[in-house]
Amino acid sequence: MSKSFLQGVKHGIPIALGYLSVSFTFGMKAVGDGLTWAQAVLISMTNVTSAGQFAGLPLMVAQASLIEAALTQLVINLRYALMSLSLSQKLDHTMTTLHRMVFSFCNTDEIFAVASSQPGKVGKWYLYGLMSTPWLGWALGTLLGAVAGQLLPVFFRQALGIAIYGMFLAIILPPARRERPVRVVVLLAVGMSLCFRYLPVLNRLSSGFVIIICAVVASAVGALLFPVKEDAP
Amino acid sequence: MSWTNFFPYLIVMAGVTYLIRMLPMTVFRREIKSVFVRSFLHYVPYAVLGAMTFPDVLYATGNLWTALAGLVVAVLMAWRGWSLLTVAVGACLAVAAAQGVMMVL
Repeated sequence: MSKSFLQGVKHGIPIALGYLSVSFTFGMKAVGDGLTWAQAVLISMTNVTSAGQFAGLPLMVAQASLIEAALTQLVINLRYALMSLSLSQKLDHTMTTLHRMVFSFCNTDEIFAVASSQPGKVGKWYLYGLMSTPWLGWALGTLLGAVAGQLLPVFFRQALGIAIYGMFLAIILPPARRERPVRVVVLLAVGMSLCFRYLPVLNRLSSGFVIIICAVVASAVGALLFPVKEDAP
Repeated sequence: MSWTNFFPYLIVMAGVTYLIRMLPMTVFRREIKSVFVRSFLHYVPYAVLGAMTFPDVLYATGNLWTALAGLVVAVLMAWRGWSLLTVAVGACLAVAAAQGVMMVL
């Protein structure tokens, strides 16, 4: 039990460090846009979603309709539904309904990616360990950014901006190197994402929709061309 | 921002995001049998992270050249199987080094 928890904590620390830089930027921006530090931290503690929080901030500031705020979160964060569905297949018997309801609020891209890359099933102690430091890091980074963001030199803040992508690459490249199907799926998703950014007409689509389309199409093509036989997803 | 203006947005944003994450994990308790669906779900994280990384990584530092330096180092380190934290730190250091080089030039 405690061994699984500690192993989860160990796996969560790099995620937490990556989150510090991203949430730092969020805290800085939120205070710059007129929120108090307490409001910025409260958003991070309850939402735990980088893209959703950055997209929701201007809507709050402009006092946009609540329906628009809800739809924006739905579109940008719909990918989490796919991740939760995928992870639901990997949970062992200790993950009862109650624990699923508690853990799921912290099922972020990175926590999901690390949890699903574990061999076999995962249980509640591992998952609670895994989510603990990233959640703290996300809240703490927001607090630091809100309180002290303007004090850091610009070059330092800019260098931190790439940390989260370094983590993403460290998650996707090793399996992409080992398995051709993963390589094909990643290249397809990246190619589509580039098209949606740089081609006329296509580039009008919001970033949340782009991620959903790229993920659904690339994964569906992967599933058709390279069905996974026995291994649990 | 006043708390009365703030709270409705907090509740809506957090509520929608939570339901998106919670329902699929709580409702789908039984194993999925369909090979297609299982394979699809197996590939989703790689596709999502790929689409989130490119091309956004090129704009992560506010300068295309320093971002490219960080990207190249991150790709090389990740390809060789370094850990998440090591790759993240390596990418940051590469960006910092590139910033230093650009200041000198």
